[in-house]
Amino acid sequence: MRLLIGLLFSFVVAAGIGLGSTWYALTQNLAFGSLSLGAWTAFPRSGTPGIDPYARAAIARSGELPVGLGDGIAFTATEDDDARALDGRCEVTVRGITPPARYFTVTLYTPSGELVANPLGRHGFTSQELVRDPNGAFAIVVSPRARPGDWLPSGAVERYVLMMRFYDTSLGIATRAGREAPMPAVRTENCP
Amino acid sequence: MIRWLMWIAGGLVMGGVVHLAAIMVLPRTATKDAYARLAALGPVNGFAVLPAPTPQASSVPFMDPAFATAVCRYDLGKGPVKLTVPVSQAYTSVTFYTRYDVAYYAINDRAAGRRSIELDLMTTKQRRDLPEDEEITAADRLIVESPGTTGLIVARAFSPEPSLLPAATATLAAAQCRPL
Repeated sequence: MRLLIGLLFSFVVAAGIGLGSTWYALTQNLAFGSLSLGAWTAFPRSGTPGIDPYARAAIARSGELPVGLGDGIAFTATEDDDARALDGRCEVTVRGITPPARYFTVTLYTPSGELVANPLGRHGFTSQELVRDPNGAFAIVVSPRARPGDWLPSGAVERYVLMMRFYDTSLGIATRAGREAPMPAVRTENCP
Repeated sequence: MIRWLMWIAGGLVMGGVVHLAAIMVLPRTATKDAYARLAALGPVNGFAVLPAPTPQASSVPFMDPAFATAVCRYDLGKGPVKLTVPVSQAYTSVTFYTRYDVAYYAINDRAAGRRSIELDLMTTKQRRDLPEDEEITAADRLIVESPGTTGLIVARAFSPEPSLLPAATATLAAAQCRPL
Protein backbone atom coordinates (compact mmCIF):
# COMPACT_ATOMS: atom_id res chain seq x y z
CA MET A 1 0.00 0.00 0.00
CA ARG A 2 2.78 2.36 0.95
CA LEU A 3 4.58 1.42 -2.23
CA LEU A 4 1.52 2.22 -4.31
CA ILE A 5 1.03 5.62 -2.70
CA GLY A 6 4.72 6.40 -3.16
CA LEU A 7 4.62 5.35 -6.79
CA LEU A 8 1.52 7.41 -7.48
CA PHE A 9 3.10 10.37 -5.73
CA SER A 10 6.22 10.22 -7.87
CA PHE A 11 4.11 9.88 -11.02
CA VAL A 12 2.27 13.07 -10.08
CA VAL A 13 5.61 14.81 -9.49
CA ALA A 14 6.90 13.50 -12.86
CA ALA A 15 3.85 14.69 -14.79
CA GLY A 16 3.86 18.07 -13.05
CA ILE A 17 7.57 18.70 -13.56
CA GLY A 18 7.69 17.26 -17.07
CA LEU A 19 4.71 19.03 -18.57
CA GLY A 20 5.22 22.20 -16.55
CA SER A 21 8.80 22.58 -17.73
CA THR A 22 7.78 21.80 -21.31
CA TRP A 23 5.11 24.48 -21.23
CA TYR A 24 7.58 26.94 -19.68
CA ALA A 25 10.26 26.19 -22.27
CA LEU A 26 7.83 26.74 -25.15
CA THR A 27 6.20 29.92 -23.89
CA GLN A 28 9.46 31.54 -22.77
CA ASN A 29 11.05 30.91 -26.16
CA LEU A 30 13.92 28.91 -24.72
CA ALA A 31 16.24 27.79 -27.47
CA PHE A 32 19.97 27.34 -27.80
CA GLY A 33 22.35 29.37 -29.91
CA SER A 34 20.67 32.74 -29.54
CA LEU A 35 22.33 35.89 -30.83
CA SER A 36 21.52 38.85 -28.58
CA LEU A 37 22.40 42.40 -29.63
CA GLY A 38 20.97 45.01 -27.27
CA ALA A 39 17.23 44.50 -27.05
CA TRP A 40 17.26 42.22 -30.13
CA THR A 41 17.48 38.46 -30.16
CA ALA A 42 17.80 36.12 -33.12
CA PHE A 43 18.10 32.36 -33.43
CA PRO A 44 20.22 31.89 -36.57
CA ARG A 45 20.05 28.10 -36.33
CA SER A 46 16.26 28.14 -36.49
CA GLY A 47 16.56 28.72 -40.23
CA THR A 48 18.75 25.64 -40.82
CA PRO A 49 18.41 21.86 -40.56
CA GLY A 50 20.50 22.22 -37.38
CA ILE A 51 17.54 23.77 -35.53
CA ASP A 52 17.46 22.62 -31.91
CA PRO A 53 14.54 20.57 -30.55
CA TYR A 54 13.25 23.42 -28.38
CA ALA A 55 13.03 25.86 -31.27
CA ARG A 56 11.40 23.15 -33.39
CA ALA A 57 8.76 22.49 -30.77
CA ALA A 58 8.11 26.22 -30.33
CA ILE A 59 7.68 26.67 -34.10
CA ALA A 60 5.34 23.68 -34.36
CA ARG A 61 3.27 25.15 -31.56
CA SER A 62 3.04 28.70 -32.94
CA GLY A 63 2.63 27.64 -36.59
CA GLU A 64 5.10 30.13 -38.00
CA LEU A 65 7.62 29.51 -40.79
CA PRO A 66 11.13 30.52 -39.72
CA VAL A 67 13.21 32.62 -42.14
CA GLY A 68 15.72 30.31 -43.86
CA LEU A 69 19.33 31.24 -43.26
CA GLY A 70 20.10 31.58 -46.99
CA ASP A 71 17.27 34.11 -47.16
CA GLY A 72 17.86 36.24 -44.09
CA ILE A 73 17.69 36.47 -40.34
CA ALA A 74 14.94 37.64 -37.97
CA PHE A 75 15.55 39.60 -34.77
CA THR A 76 12.82 40.01 -32.16
CA ALA A 77 12.50 42.59 -29.38
CA THR A 78 9.92 42.28 -26.61
CA GLU A 79 11.66 44.67 -24.21
CA ASP A 80 13.55 47.94 -24.54
CA ASP A 81 17.24 48.40 -23.75
CA ASP A 82 16.44 48.79 -20.05
CA ALA A 83 14.58 45.46 -20.01
CA ARG A 84 11.21 47.18 -19.75
CA ALA A 85 8.42 45.37 -21.61
CA LEU A 86 7.31 47.15 -24.79
CA ASP A 87 4.02 48.88 -24.06
CA GLY A 88 1.77 50.15 -26.85
CA ARG A 89 0.51 53.00 -24.69
CA CYS A 90 4.01 54.48 -24.41
CA GLU A 91 6.23 56.26 -26.89
CA VAL A 92 9.10 54.00 -27.89
CA THR A 93 11.88 55.02 -30.28
CA VAL A 94 13.97 52.66 -32.37
CA ARG A 95 17.01 54.66 -33.36
CA GLY A 96 20.35 53.89 -34.90
CA ILE A 97 22.07 52.08 -37.72
CA THR A 98 21.82 48.49 -38.83
CA PRO A 99 24.17 45.72 -39.93
CA PRO A 100 24.77 45.50 -43.68
CA ALA A 101 21.95 43.85 -45.61
CA ARG A 102 20.39 44.30 -49.02
CA TYR A 103 17.03 45.06 -47.44
CA PHE A 104 15.53 45.00 -44.00
CA THR A 105 12.03 45.36 -42.61
CA VAL A 106 10.73 46.44 -39.20
CA THR A 107 7.30 45.08 -38.27
CA LEU A 108 5.05 45.37 -35.23
CA TYR A 109 3.07 42.31 -34.09
CA THR A 110 0.97 41.25 -31.16
CA PRO A 111 2.79 38.64 -29.04
CA SER A 112 0.93 35.88 -30.92
CA GLY A 113 2.10 37.13 -34.31
CA GLU A 114 -0.84 39.10 -35.71
CA LEU A 115 -0.61 42.59 -37.12
CA VAL A 116 -2.12 45.42 -35.07
CA ALA A 117 -5.11 47.22 -36.57
CA ASN A 118 -4.71 50.97 -37.11
CA PRO A 119 -6.45 53.54 -39.33
CA LEU A 120 -3.31 54.09 -41.41
CA GLY A 121 -2.96 50.43 -42.28
CA ARG A 122 0.73 50.73 -41.44
CA HIS A 123 2.34 47.71 -39.83
CA GLY A 124 6.01 48.33 -40.43
CA PHE A 125 8.70 49.92 -42.54
CA THR A 126 11.10 48.63 -45.14
CA SER A 127 14.67 49.91 -45.38
CA GLN A 128 13.64 51.85 -48.52
CA GLU A 129 10.94 53.85 -46.75
CA LEU A 130 12.90 55.14 -43.76
CA VAL A 131 14.26 58.67 -43.57
CA ARG A 132 17.98 58.73 -42.70
CA ASP A 133 20.18 61.40 -41.19
CA PRO A 134 23.61 62.11 -42.79
CA ASN A 135 25.16 59.26 -40.77
CA GLY A 136 22.67 56.78 -42.16
CA ALA A 137 20.80 56.48 -38.87
CA PHE A 138 17.02 56.34 -38.75
CA ALA A 139 14.50 56.90 -35.95
CA ILE A 140 11.15 55.13 -35.79
CA VAL A 141 8.65 56.28 -33.19
CA VAL A 142 6.23 53.61 -31.99
CA SER A 143 3.33 55.29 -30.23
CA PRO A 144 -0.46 55.25 -30.07
CA ARG A 145 -0.79 58.84 -31.40
CA ALA A 146 0.60 60.31 -34.60
CA ARG A 147 4.15 61.64 -34.52
CA PRO A 148 6.18 63.51 -37.14
CA GLY A 149 8.74 61.45 -39.03
CA ASP A 150 8.61 57.68 -39.26
CA TRP A 151 5.66 56.87 -37.05
CA LEU A 152 4.65 53.28 -36.41
CA PRO A 153 1.17 53.16 -34.82
CA SER A 154 1.06 50.85 -31.80
CA GLY A 155 -2.75 50.80 -31.66
CA ALA A 156 -2.38 51.25 -27.88
CA VAL A 157 -2.10 47.48 -27.38
CA GLU A 158 -0.71 46.51 -24.02
CA ARG A 159 2.11 44.31 -25.28
CA TYR A 160 3.71 44.05 -28.69
CA VAL A 161 6.70 42.54 -30.40
CA LEU A 162 9.03 44.30 -32.81
CA MET A 163 10.63 42.19 -35.50
CA MET A 164 13.58 43.27 -37.64
CA ARG A 165 14.32 41.02 -40.57
CA PHE A 166 17.47 41.36 -42.64
CA TYR A 167 17.47 39.88 -46.12
CA ASP A 168 20.50 38.85 -48.14
CA THR A 169 22.93 39.57 -45.34
CA SER A 170 26.18 38.19 -44.00
CA LEU A 171 24.68 38.05 -40.50
CA GLY A 172 24.32 34.49 -39.32
CA ILE A 173 25.63 31.72 -37.15
CA ALA A 174 29.17 33.13 -37.25
CA THR A 175 28.08 36.57 -35.97
CA ARG A 176 29.23 36.99 -32.38
CA ALA A 177 29.34 40.56 -31.17
CA GLY A 178 27.72 43.94 -31.61
CA ARG A 179 30.77 45.46 -33.26
CA GLU A 180 30.14 43.70 -36.55
CA ALA A 181 26.37 44.04 -36.17
CA PRO A 182 25.26 47.42 -34.79
CA MET A 183 21.57 47.15 -33.95
CA PRO A 184 19.34 50.18 -33.30
CA ALA A 185 18.64 51.17 -29.70
CA VAL A 186 15.12 50.68 -28.32
CA ARG A 187 14.10 53.27 -25.71
CA THR A 188 10.87 53.98 -23.91
CA GLU A 189 10.72 57.78 -23.82
CA ASN A 190 7.30 58.82 -22.76
CA CYS A 191 4.89 56.77 -20.74
CA PRO A 192 1.53 58.10 -19.56
CA MET B 1 11.09 10.94 5.48
CA ILE B 2 14.00 9.50 3.51
CA ARG B 3 11.51 7.30 1.70
CA TRP B 4 9.50 10.33 0.54
CA LEU B 5 12.63 12.10 -0.63
CA MET B 6 13.43 9.02 -2.70
CA TRP B 7 9.97 9.12 -4.26
CA ILE B 8 10.40 12.84 -5.04
CA ALA B 9 13.83 12.19 -6.59
CA GLY B 10 12.33 9.40 -8.68
CA GLY B 11 9.54 11.74 -9.75
CA LEU B 12 12.04 14.42 -10.78
CA VAL B 13 14.01 11.98 -12.93
CA MET B 14 10.83 10.73 -14.58
CA GLY B 15 9.72 14.36 -15.02
CA GLY B 16 12.92 15.03 -16.97
CA VAL B 17 12.16 12.08 -19.23
CA VAL B 18 8.58 13.31 -19.73
CA HIS B 19 9.91 16.78 -20.58
CA LEU B 20 12.38 15.53 -23.21
CA ALA B 21 9.85 13.15 -24.71
CA ALA B 22 7.24 15.92 -24.95
CA ILE B 23 9.70 18.28 -26.68
CA MET B 24 10.74 15.63 -29.20
CA VAL B 25 7.22 14.37 -29.93
CA LEU B 26 5.50 17.76 -30.14
CA PRO B 27 6.50 18.71 -33.73
CA ARG B 28 5.02 15.42 -34.98
CA THR B 29 1.72 15.82 -33.19
CA ALA B 30 1.09 19.54 -33.69
CA THR B 31 -2.19 19.98 -35.57
CA LYS B 32 -1.90 23.73 -36.19
CA ASP B 33 1.66 23.95 -37.46
CA ALA B 34 2.45 25.86 -40.64
CA TYR B 35 2.13 22.78 -42.88
CA ALA B 36 -1.35 22.02 -41.55
CA ARG B 37 -2.42 25.67 -41.87
CA LEU B 38 -1.27 25.90 -45.48
CA ALA B 39 -2.41 22.44 -46.56
CA ALA B 40 -5.96 23.65 -47.17
CA LEU B 41 -4.89 26.55 -49.38
CA GLY B 42 -3.59 24.97 -52.53
CA PRO B 43 -3.18 21.84 -54.58
CA VAL B 44 -0.29 19.42 -54.24
CA ASN B 45 2.62 20.31 -56.56
CA GLY B 46 1.27 23.73 -57.49
CA PHE B 47 1.79 27.24 -56.18
CA ALA B 48 -0.89 29.17 -54.31
CA VAL B 49 -0.39 32.87 -53.60
CA LEU B 50 -1.17 33.58 -49.96
CA PRO B 51 -3.46 36.50 -49.13
CA ALA B 52 -1.57 39.46 -47.65
CA PRO B 53 -1.66 39.35 -43.84
CA THR B 54 -4.17 41.67 -42.16
CA PRO B 55 -4.86 42.32 -38.46
CA GLN B 56 -7.90 40.03 -38.78
CA ALA B 57 -6.29 37.11 -40.54
CA SER B 58 -2.92 35.82 -41.65
CA SER B 59 -2.13 32.42 -43.09
CA VAL B 60 0.69 31.86 -40.61
CA PRO B 61 1.74 34.06 -37.67
CA PHE B 62 4.59 36.58 -38.05
CA MET B 63 4.24 36.96 -41.83
CA ASP B 64 6.24 39.88 -43.20
CA PRO B 65 3.67 42.28 -44.72
CA ALA B 66 6.35 43.74 -47.04
CA PHE B 67 6.46 40.47 -48.96
CA ALA B 68 4.17 38.70 -51.38
CA THR B 69 4.21 34.99 -50.52
CA ALA B 70 3.38 31.90 -52.56
CA VAL B 71 3.42 28.34 -51.24
CA CYS B 72 3.79 25.02 -53.04
CA ARG B 73 3.03 21.87 -51.07
CA TYR B 74 5.16 19.26 -52.78
CA ASP B 75 4.97 15.49 -52.90
CA LEU B 76 7.90 13.67 -54.46
CA GLY B 77 6.19 10.29 -54.17
CA LYS B 78 5.65 10.06 -57.94
CA GLY B 79 8.91 11.68 -58.99
CA PRO B 80 11.02 14.87 -58.77
CA VAL B 81 9.51 18.34 -58.97
CA LYS B 82 10.70 21.18 -61.18
CA LEU B 83 10.55 24.64 -59.70
CA THR B 84 10.50 27.94 -61.58
CA VAL B 85 10.13 31.22 -59.73
CA PRO B 86 10.42 34.46 -61.73
CA VAL B 87 12.56 37.10 -60.08
CA SER B 88 10.82 40.31 -59.05
CA GLN B 89 12.37 43.76 -59.30
CA ALA B 90 13.58 44.08 -55.73
CA TYR B 91 14.33 40.79 -54.04
CA THR B 92 13.04 37.26 -54.38
CA SER B 93 13.83 34.21 -52.28
CA VAL B 94 12.78 30.58 -52.15
CA THR B 95 12.88 28.59 -48.91
CA PHE B 96 12.36 24.84 -48.61
CA TYR B 97 10.73 23.39 -45.51
CA THR B 98 10.27 19.78 -44.48
CA ARG B 99 6.86 18.38 -43.55
CA TYR B 100 7.71 19.46 -39.99
CA ASP B 101 8.54 23.07 -40.87
CA VAL B 102 12.34 22.80 -40.69
CA ALA B 103 13.92 25.20 -43.19
CA TYR B 104 16.52 22.98 -44.86
CA TYR B 105 17.49 25.12 -47.81
CA ALA B 106 17.05 28.73 -48.90
CA ILE B 107 18.21 30.55 -51.99
CA ASN B 108 17.76 34.14 -53.16
CA ASP B 109 17.86 35.83 -56.54
CA ARG B 110 21.48 36.84 -56.19
CA ALA B 111 22.62 33.26 -55.68
CA ALA B 112 20.40 32.05 -58.50
CA GLY B 113 21.00 34.89 -60.94
CA ARG B 114 19.33 35.19 -64.37
CA ARG B 115 15.70 36.16 -64.60
CA SER B 116 14.22 33.31 -62.64
CA ILE B 117 15.14 30.87 -59.90
CA GLU B 118 15.06 27.42 -61.46
CA LEU B 119 15.85 24.16 -59.78
CA ASP B 120 14.90 20.54 -59.43
CA LEU B 121 13.77 19.07 -56.13
CA MET B 122 14.19 15.35 -55.52
CA THR B 123 14.84 12.86 -52.78
CA THR B 124 18.31 11.42 -52.23
CA LYS B 125 17.19 8.15 -53.81
CA GLN B 126 15.75 9.85 -56.91
CA ARG B 127 19.01 11.70 -57.36
CA ARG B 128 20.99 8.46 -57.14
CA ASP B 129 18.68 6.94 -59.75
CA LEU B 130 19.39 9.71 -62.28
CA PRO B 131 20.97 8.24 -65.44
CA GLU B 132 24.73 8.82 -65.66
CA ASP B 133 24.67 11.05 -68.73
CA GLU B 134 22.03 13.23 -67.17
CA GLU B 135 24.33 13.75 -64.24
CA ILE B 136 26.68 15.62 -66.59
CA THR B 137 24.05 18.07 -67.73
CA ALA B 138 23.04 18.29 -64.09
CA ALA B 139 26.19 20.34 -63.54
CA ASP B 140 24.49 23.45 -64.83
CA ARG B 141 21.18 22.55 -63.38
CA LEU B 142 20.60 23.15 -59.71
CA ILE B 143 19.41 20.12 -57.76
CA VAL B 144 18.09 20.32 -54.21
CA GLU B 145 17.70 17.17 -52.18
CA SER B 146 14.64 16.93 -49.97
CA PRO B 147 15.04 15.04 -46.68
CA GLY B 148 11.53 13.59 -47.06
CA THR B 149 8.95 13.09 -49.78
CA THR B 150 6.67 15.91 -48.64
CA GLY B 151 7.20 19.48 -47.54
CA LEU B 152 6.68 23.12 -48.45
CA ILE B 153 8.34 25.45 -50.93
CA VAL B 154 7.78 29.09 -50.00
CA ALA B 155 8.56 31.81 -52.56
CA ARG B 156 8.74 35.40 -51.32
CA ALA B 157 8.93 38.57 -53.38
CA PHE B 158 9.81 41.85 -51.69
CA SER B 159 7.98 45.11 -52.26
CA PRO B 160 10.09 48.04 -50.99
CA GLU B 161 6.94 50.14 -50.58
CA PRO B 162 3.27 49.16 -50.26
CA SER B 163 2.37 50.44 -53.74
CA LEU B 164 4.68 47.82 -55.29
CA LEU B 165 3.02 44.87 -53.56
CA PRO B 166 0.61 44.12 -56.44
CA ALA B 167 3.58 43.88 -58.83
CA ALA B 168 5.41 41.50 -56.48
CA THR B 169 2.25 39.39 -56.15
CA ALA B 170 1.84 39.30 -59.93
CA THR B 171 5.42 38.05 -60.29
CA LEU B 172 4.75 35.17 -57.92
CA ALA B 173 1.52 34.28 -59.68
CA ALA B 174 3.72 33.00 -62.53
CA ALA B 175 5.72 30.70 -60.23
CA GLN B 176 5.49 27.01 -61.05
CA CYS B 177 6.25 23.78 -59.26
CA ARG B 178 5.26 20.65 -61.13
CA PRO B 179 6.39 17.09 -61.71
CA LEU B 180 9.51 16.87 -63.85
